[in-house]
Amino acid sequence: MTNEIISAGFGGQGVLLLGQLITYAGMIEGYHVSWLPSYGPEMRGGTANCCVVVSDEPVGSPVVTEADAVIVLNRPSLDKFENSLKPGGKLFINSSLIEKKASRGDVNVYYIPANDIALSLGNVKVANMAMLGAYVKASGIVKKESIIKALGKALGEKKLHLIPINEQAFDEGAKRV
Amino acid sequence: MAVVFKKSGLIARLPFHYCPGCTHGIAHRLVAECIEELDMKEKAVGVAPVGCAVFAYNYFDIDMYEAAHGRAPAVATGAKRVHPGNLVFTYQGDGDLASIGAAEIVHAAARGENITAIFINNAIYGMTGGQMAPTTLVGQKTTTSPLGRDPKHCGYPVRVSEMLSTLDGAAYIERVSLHDVPHINKAKKAIKKAFETQMSGKGFSLVEILSTCPTNWGLSPVEAIGWLKDNMIPYYPLGVYKEAKSHDE
Amino acid sequence: MAKVLMKGNEAVAEAAIQAGCRFFFGYPITPQNQIPEYMSRRLPEVGGTFLQAESEISAINMVYGAAGAGARVMTSSSSPGISLKQEGISYIACAELPCVIVNMVRSGPGLGGILPTQGDYFQSVKGGGHGDYRLVVYAPNSVQEAADCVMQAFDVSDQYRVPALILGDGMIGQMMEPVEFRTPKKRDLPEKTWAATGYDGTKQRAVINSLYIEAEAMNAVCTRLQQVYRQIEQNEIQYEEYMMDDAEICIVAYGTTSRIAKNAIGQARASLGIRAGLIRPITLWPFPSKAISDAAGQCSAFVAVEMSAGQMVEDVRLALDGKRPVSFVGTLGGIIPTPAMIIDELKAIKEAMS
Repeated sequence: MTNEIISAGFGGQGVLLLGQLITYAGMIEGYHVSWLPSYGPEMRGGTANCCVVVSDEPVGSPVVTEADAVIVLNRPSLDKFENSLKPGGKLFINSSLIEKKASRGDVNVYYIPANDIALSLGNVKVANMAMLGAYVKASGIVKKESIIKALGKALGEKKLHLIPINEQAFDEGAKRV
Repeated sequence: MAVVFKKSGLIARLPFHYCPGCTHGIAHRLVAECIEELDMKEKAVGVAPVGCAVFAYNYFDIDMYEAAHGRAPAVATGAKRVHPGNLVFTYQGDGDLASIGAAEIVHAAARGENITAIFINNAIYGMTGGQMAPTTLVGQKTTTSPLGRDPKHCGYPVRVSEMLSTLDGAAYIERVSLHDVPHINKAKKAIKKAFETQMSGKGFSLVEILSTCPTNWGLSPVEAIGWLKDNMIPYYPLGVYKEAKSHDE
Repeated sequence: MAKVLMKGNEAVAEAAIQAGCRFFFGYPITPQNQIPEYMSRRLPEVGGTFLQAESEISAINMVYGAAGAGARVMTSSSSPGISLKQEGISYIACAELPCVIVNMVRSGPGLGGILPTQGDYFQSVKGGGHGDYRLVVYAPNSVQEAADCVMQAFDVSDQYRVPALILGDGMIGQMMEPVEFRTPKKRDLPEKTWAATGYDGTKQRAVINSLYIEAEAMNAVCTRLQQVYRQIEQNEIQYEEYMMDDAEICIVAYGTTSRIAKNAIGQARASLGIRAGLIRPITLWPFPSKAISDAAGQCSAFVAVEMSAGQMVEDVRLALDGKRPVSFVGTLGGIIPTPAMIIDELKAIKEAMS
């Protein structure tokens, strides 16, 4: 099994963290993993994205050009990465911010109102977790427990109190799949 | 018979390559005597420059570095940070310290780097054959300012002691001269004071030593001493420019 | 020690600390800033010193000072900053001081861009600064290998008194992968009796120097350096062979590019039946020339893949000495090669062969 993922959105939407959580969870479950961020001037205000590879073999290229899953949180990212998806791949669209529908017919599309979910929970910052919940549910690559464990590591001691709201967003996103 | 003068034990028994009448030899002796008198021989580490004093690592009988041109303060920083208990000094000329190494000396001073710079200012590039230095006086003739330094064309000489004394990290800065015995004695006191400043952890210290270069000035040794007194001291006034009691002041 | 997920830059910094590096002098430049940032946080915890220098030039000369004082010391930068350090690196090489230098390469020439390339190969392996000298150059292709190479580099540098260079790229630095810090095989390292620590009469007076005015003296130093380099060539070459057992076409690639080449090899074998393999130099100097030359017995064609206009390819050609054709696939400016580009070249070679 090799699962290649692109996570993309505006800087500040937590798309890099989203990718890191998949990576971390994959490592916890004993997979070979890599996480590669875009690190250009794009990071300021424009789009941010990262490539994640989760595999039961050593990871070859950390650069994802034909993804098994593409997770997009804003419109420019949909335009940029829709064609990076393999036929039959999974496309996760943040329908709260992206009105446009997927233009490809050969992929599985999941419309997740991530910002609406996050706002209903009282914190727009957890929109990325709603997208992640949908991805984990649909792909089955890693377990929710591993993601929550990874989240604990990523947030650090001082922010552990934020885990419940992140978990709620994750669950709500998963429900939409 | 009473001994009235003795060569410092820290000066290697080698012939110096310096020209007759050059004051580098005196400056070397003063540095060596201060290290001896402070009983720091086993902890002294010197950094030689590129310039006339490039072979200083042969003349001081202590552990020495030879640094790239202008970089002695950075090298001394590395040496001092590894062994903070050592007495680390640079010995640099005006081209090395005030031109190519301007960034290094400014930032060593700004950091309050606990090292001492012995700065030989003779207003000319010696080793390369008498070119214009950052400290060459207005009107002074050199091989690259044959009509005399024209400030409209190449600016004004740099007063290093005044400049560095504005930095909070500088703990002790004094300008001295080697043109006669009383001033040589004063210079020695300044060097010792600078070393003591370092040993008490107060921060960066520098002693600017006005020196002669008879060969490249085109003067006899005696004339050179007169030229220093008459021309350099008016532009580069002697005295203590900075004296902090502790690092925080 | 358990595996942790780390950015390459941070893993490089932590590996240095685990290897006993206690001094770091650097200057900010993208994309390697996580190294000095990590060091500024971690070194004080272990009693070490981090210092942000006023320039790359000062940083490398602080390295000269600290290495000359006998410490394990590191600096890091990216291409334009590494160019500035070259003067100091040449002095360090001549003064026979051990240290580790990290270059997380960005695109050039000039100020260039911050995206990954491999355009600093010539600078790294053919000199960089002035004079006849070499650096031991490691080109890791994963975060784990970056950590391993750093730890090994400190030992190798101490053993031979030759500076070592870690040549990564923005991708190696920015990528996160699991890493564990593994102590390299133990080497007998000589005591640093030459270090300038203060002359107390118990050892010879230390002079850290690179100036030798007399031809005979300079010749003696250069000859000694060359003898050391020959020993390093004997003992320290590292490379990986991938799917070379039955390979008919050999790809030569290093660093990040080698991972893209591996994907291409997998696809070419599975879908096109092209038996391609890979020789991946891990040390770029000393270069695995013999491994490449030996592969000529089995492989009828070679392809060098680089994120450059063609630099390592020259060493591949030198290794083969005309025995086999060598083609080149390259990208410039921070464009990352795709497996498809490499497969196209393999197809073209295969067609020409039949």
